Amino acid sequence: MVYKLVLENLKHRVIRTILSTLAIGLGVTMMLTLVGVSRGMLEDQKRRARGIGADIVILPPGSSAIGMRSAPFQEKILDVIAKMPHVAMTMGTTLMPTSGISSLTGIDYDRFQKMSGGFKYLEGGPFKNADDMIIDDFYAQQHKAHVGSKEKIGGKEWNICGIVESGKLARNVIQIKVVQELSANTGRLSVLYVKVDDQANLQATVDILKREMPEHPVYTMEEFTSQFSVNTLPELKAFIGVIIGLSVLFGFLVVFLSMYTAVLERTREIGVLKALGASPGYILGILLRETALLSVFGSFAGIAMSFGTRWLIATFIPAAMTQDIVPEWWPIAGAITLVSAILGVLYPALKAARQDALESLSYD
Amino acid sequence: MTDSAPIIEIKDLKKTYHAGDVDVHALRGVTLDIRKGEFVSIVGPSGSGKSTLFHVLGGLTPATSGTVSINGTDLAKMSDQDRTNLRKRTVGFVFQKYNLLPTLSVSDNIEIARDIAGNTGPKDQKFLEVLRLLGIEHRLEHKPRALSGGEQQRVAIARSIVNSPAILLADEPTGNLDTENSNNVLGLLRDLNRRTGQTILMITHNPEAASYGHRTVHMRDGRIVENEIQVL
Repeated sequence: MVYKLVLENLKHRVIRTILSTLAIGLGVTMMLTLVGVSRGMLEDQKRRARGIGADIVILPPGSSAIGMRSAPFQEKILDVIAKMPHVAMTMGTTLMPTSGISSLTGIDYDRFQKMSGGFKYLEGGPFKNADDMIIDDFYAQQHKAHVGSKEKIGGKEWNICGIVESGKLARNVIQIKVVQELSANTGRLSVLYVKVDDQANLQATVDILKREMPEHPVYTMEEFTSQFSVNTLPELKAFIGVIIGLSVLFGFLVVFLSMYTAVLERTREIGVLKALGASPGYILGILLRETALLSVFGSFAGIAMSFGTRWLIATFIPAAMTQDIVPEWWPIAGAITLVSAILGVLYPALKAARQDALESLSYD
Repeated sequence: MTDSAPIIEIKDLKKTYHAGDVDVHALRGVTLDIRKGEFVSIVGPSGSGKSTLFHVLGGLTPATSGTVSINGTDLAKMSDQDRTNLRKRTVGFVFQKYNLLPTLSVSDNIEIARDIAGNTGPKDQKFLEVLRLLGIEHRLEHKPRALSGGEQQRVAIARSIVNSPAILLADEPTGNLDTENSNNVLGLLRDLNRRTGQTILMITHNPEAASYGHRTVHMRDGRIVENEIQVL
């Protein structure tokens, strides 16, 4: 019977119910979108790193898997490594920071094609001129770019010569010599990639490289991509914590305001229930159930809206962000929302439970 | 009406409200016995203390002094929980403004009173007969807003007696009704009293309405000034 009363109350104030549900849902969407974007972008980086086709990655001294890089390697080191046992192929890239955390990636086209198995062109073809740039389909969609379009990056205008399927190294690449010249790193590389002759020799090759290049982080591709994780990024983890905290606060305030208003509005009805013999626990139970239902509806709405944010991101900024749907976070976000909602209803519910029956009955 | 021992015994009941710095003496020593099965009308001008008397009897507010005993239990010795239980099982209320829950259907308005009392079994035959007597069995699935004032008051009566309370307290039950509906509701209360032996205390301003009871108690300035037995 109490559930019927709760449902009827929710149906009776349908606008309040919808707005509360959506507001609670927004907190859930905030959490799921942030987690989904973090996961999506890291997974996308993993996918693109694997798409290079290398088995081993060598980074400049003191650098981590994620972050900006200098270009300390001499190009000739590729030939030195190529002569080491079990090494089948080597390649280097040079990175030039452009704006914020963005960078331009320079590739040796022939070596890259050989190592990665080659770009799959959707439009256009390889570099012809020094200002040519190859972009992936995500970048093309976001920037509405086509072959022949001009893109201004790093203070220079680039000509789009080819659009390729995404999943290899970077969203946009230019010729390595051009990047080296622009960044005053002629003949220098930022990252080295190595392919081994046989997977069975992978660890032995890594061991040799670690011995020969003790200052440099040397990773198998598996180790390298495993670092694209929220757990290895304390700043991101802290940021997710902050957003969860804000979601809890948001849910708390939404429920507090909504239920406080509902309790004021229902003062007389609470008086009637008390006149019928309802105990404070009975009144508390009604409001707690109503809040629990609102937070369940809000969680479902939030999950649904996270599909909406994924669509928005994929449609309007596919190159800048990728959002994954993370179902394992649905119950976590739901539980966090429920806790914040229960915290939010406590004061209004206790106020209602303690309300004087006589005063409530004379409330108009 | 039976000649059994009083179901309600009120002795020198006083109730003082504190309104800011002013003490309002709402009841100034009321003594009254009500026997089981009696239908008693309480009349008096506004401020005479009738409603306060009801609120004390219904356990909605404690007395300042004096004793009120219902079925031999002294209300003064009751805790909040005991008074809540009193409202669940011993006393039923009918209000002037009906006070039905607007979000629930007629049936659910009655059902919630049973739920609060922990009465989850099927409704007893006697109550179903009362529903027929009240003439609302065909309106059970309607919301209160779809009912006339008279119908709403009949639902409120049904709700007040669904848990078979020993006493029914009706506070101006016809105050918001036109003459025809008032007569219907009063007739129903009298039928209910006659058929089921339900003890009823009814507050009213209307002498004609008061005449439906066995006895009329007149109040003024917090005291009983006249106790008149009707010849029905």
